[in-house]
Amino acid sequence: MTENMSRLLRLVFIAAALLVPLFFASGYQLFQLTLVVAYALSVLGKNLVTGFGGQVSLGQGAFYAVGAYTAAILMEHFDVPYWATIPVAAITTGIVGLALGLPALRLGGLYLALVTFAMAVSVPQLLKYKLFENWTGGVQGIVLLKPDAPFGLSLDPDQWLYLFTFAVGAALFLAASNLVRSRIGLAMMAIRDQPLAAEAMGIELARYKTLTFGVGALFAGVGGALGAIAVGFVSPDSFTIALSLTLFVGMVVGGAASISGAIYGAIFIVFMPNIAEEISKAVPGAIFGLILILFMFFAPGGIASLVAAQMRRLRLTR
Amino acid sequence: MKRRTVLAGLGGLAAANIIRSADAATVVGVTKTEIKIGHICPYSGNASSYGVGGKSHTAFFKRVNDLGGIAGRKINFISLDDGYNPAKTVEQTRRLVEQDQVAFLFNPLGTPTNTAIHKYINSKKVPHLFVATSADKWGDYKNFPWTMGYAPSYRTEAQIYGKYIKAQRPNAKATLIYQNDDFGKDYLHGLQDVYGKDFDKVFVKVVTYESSDATVDSQVVTMKDSGADVMVTACIPKYSAQIIRKSFDIGWKPLHVMSNVSASIASTITPAGPEKAEGIVTSSYLKDPTDPEWKDAEDMKEWRAFMAKYIPDGDTTDANYVYAYGVASIMLATLKQCGDDFSRENIMKQAANIKTVALPLLLPGMSAATTPTDFRPLKALQLQRWKTNTWERFGAIIGA
Repeated sequence: MTENMSRLLRLVFIAAALLVPLFFASGYQLFQLTLVVAYALSVLGKNLVTGFGGQVSLGQGAFYAVGAYTAAILMEHFDVPYWATIPVAAITTGIVGLALGLPALRLGGLYLALVTFAMAVSVPQLLKYKLFENWTGGVQGIVLLKPDAPFGLSLDPDQWLYLFTFAVGAALFLAASNLVRSRIGLAMMAIRDQPLAAEAMGIELARYKTLTFGVGALFAGVGGALGAIAVGFVSPDSFTIALSLTLFVGMVVGGAASISGAIYGAIFIVFMPNIAEEISKAVPGAIFGLILILFMFFAPGGIASLVAAQMRRLRLTR
Repeated sequence: MKRRTVLAGLGGLAAANIIRSADAATVVGVTKTEIKIGHICPYSGNASSYGVGGKSHTAFFKRVNDLGGIAGRKINFISLDDGYNPAKTVEQTRRLVEQDQVAFLFNPLGTPTNTAIHKYINSKKVPHLFVATSADKWGDYKNFPWTMGYAPSYRTEAQIYGKYIKAQRPNAKATLIYQNDDFGKDYLHGLQDVYGKDFDKVFVKVVTYESSDATVDSQVVTMKDSGADVMVTACIPKYSAQIIRKSFDIGWKPLHVMSNVSASIASTITPAGPEKAEGIVTSSYLKDPTDPEWKDAEDMKEWRAFMAKYIPDGDTTDANYVYAYGVASIMLATLKQCGDDFSRENIMKQAANIKTVALPLLLPGMSAATTPTDFRPLKALQLQRWKTNTWERFGAIIGA
């Protein structure tokens, strides 16, 4: 009974999250929510790599940038329709992730963190590099046009984009959820908790670590592509190391080893800076930091752990 | 159950769309009692020294309100932070236009940041006035009729520097450092315009930096090692200060020609060290607060009174405050010209028809003017040199 009820509850929440903004939110709010989905996918990728896989990567922003620029270059130079750029961005970023995952195997812990950090730092410079300028638009970046709703649906571009992004996001979240519950997910967690024991059980560390890295990158790539289409502009200055750190913060605040944590994390990333600015115009960064520290004190497992605790309490009393 | 839900959903979407797509009247953000103005600048991050602009505008419009407002209306000035991050600028612009419903966007700062919103704001037909960036492209009234620049273009400025170096040091070996974006590249192009095919011969070393870099010390060493005796820098204040300090510390004394975005004493010279900046050449169109020549000028006295009353803790050696006062004055003049018609179309029309206004704090001989085919209010510059504790102007007014 409770199993069915919780599933129904989840479906109701998802439907509400889709339909309520579509009906009632302004264009600007829909734009923000679309960004939330894009970031949620990137944070989810990070959760898979770090929370479930146990590998620390500080370069998620780099994969986000790869996805964003793949979509932008395809739309700008090859006239590819926006929806077709998503799978291409996914595959491209996935391959880049796999390629980077291979050497990453040999490293662990701090060294992996540093290498991924270096990757993220080099992204803006690579994007501005003269050789690639014709493709990437260099410092000027690439401006993208927002797509109109297809099939003559009476939705404006913001509404349609939210619907589209939500659908893609929901599909990927479902896939991630299944992945984590599958044997692969169990293998990932085993490697995270007890690599020696996992190896002894016959789990190929190399293969699963690389796979995890690639999947994490793929998610970030899709998030980046969706985000680029929503913002309508990509430029190297949008993908500095700050983005990777922001995604990292989103993962920790949302809850690292949790699928739903990615959503909470993304909401935090998008809305908290605005709230901080409301509180103080002079030092918004400091306020943001303060809120972050408070979160760490009172909810070290992230928002997801708070929610889970609440749900458990409700189920027990019912 | 499922099909009915879907149909109900689609029906609801259609209904919601009709409700939401009610056309906004062309008078937006203005009522009988209020004019809403939107503004974006970096209050945080690597370019936060420009945040004083927002502070100055807020005080300036408060003074306007204290003196009775415009056409019986008070100004509601909404200023947001974008941290010099183009993605954030897009978000804040959308918020101002779609959520806060401002009448227009005034003086948003930065070249990459304004680039990000350029197409959007023109497609929404929102006046994008007196942008705080002087890249060449903001005067493109044909393709972007809602965007208007303000200060003389960087490219023109660089051409002036090129001609100056050619005249002063005909056999120079020069080097250039520029910010790796539209702002910095304008200087590269301006210098190339002047030197033509001799550019590569004269400029023996050209280096760049990112606006997110922590330091440019290594670039300075590279430039010194090239053996150049002239250095042109197209940098924002943080990096200009580093360059001045580093080149002095490693014992290199080239003729340093600096972009005027860094001409602020408070943001550049003071952090670098005034004695290390001796001899730097830059340009200006504004009166510098530390120049003894303007001590008794009427407009300078008026500005000091404004600062004392409305921004008592403001640094009066910071040229950013002077800049802000000037551009806010042209905004005020434009609004006054609107009479009682504050539709976006009329605001834009008046902005494109400014008849030679002598704005406060412009150098004598300079004035602001626009026409429907000239979207660049200020065009003239004068060269100035740092001497001990102030900028010493020299030469004629160029480009008036």
